[in-house]
Amino acid sequence: MYSNPKVAGFVNENFLPVRVHVKDQAGDFKRLGERFNAQWTPTVLLVDSNGDERHRIEGFLPVDDFLPQLELGAAHSAFARRDFADAERRFRAIVDTHAKSDVAAEALYWAGVSRYKANGDPAALKDTARAFSANYSESTWARKASVWAA
Amino acid sequence: MTAQPQRISWTNNFEDALARARNEHRTVLLDFTAAPM
Repeated sequence: MYSNPKVAGFVNENFLPVRVHVKDQAGDFKRLGERFNAQWTPTVLLVDSNGDERHRIEGFLPVDDFLPQLELGAAHSAFARRDFADAERRFRAIVDTHAKSDVAAEALYWAGVSRYKANGDPAALKDTARAFSANYSESTWARKASVWAA
Repeated sequence: MTAQPQRISWTNNFEDALARARNEHRTVLLDFTAAPM
């Protein structure tokens, strides 16, 4: 996964990458694995500057699934640090670039929430509910957004 | 000249990376792996 140029570029640009090998660094794995409850490999965690986990990817994923997961994690990290404009930009980029990925519906949902958090305008949520009527209407995220439609 | 493929600049020190993340307001990617390195 990490040898893919898009993945490598995104990781270098957006994260401080740390790799812990379960056998070669058994002590580190025991300590950090217990801290973050990692019991399987591969497990990829996105950890914010406070040491709090913001996103978790467990198990192997092909590049076309892994990259949107990383992008989703970066967007959630921006949301967590209350940079809602950056979060919305990142969530919408996932919808635009990875429209068929498993995380696109989640990204659409949180893009709407990010816009609402940035400007306080309930229209952001209503527009998001409307967008779900056109796309991802069978997703759990569409059902979550349905409460905003009224 | 052909551009070299980009490689990830891994470290294996989580605490150092977290300290840097605090200073630079960035996010740490922590990868637990069993793959050959």
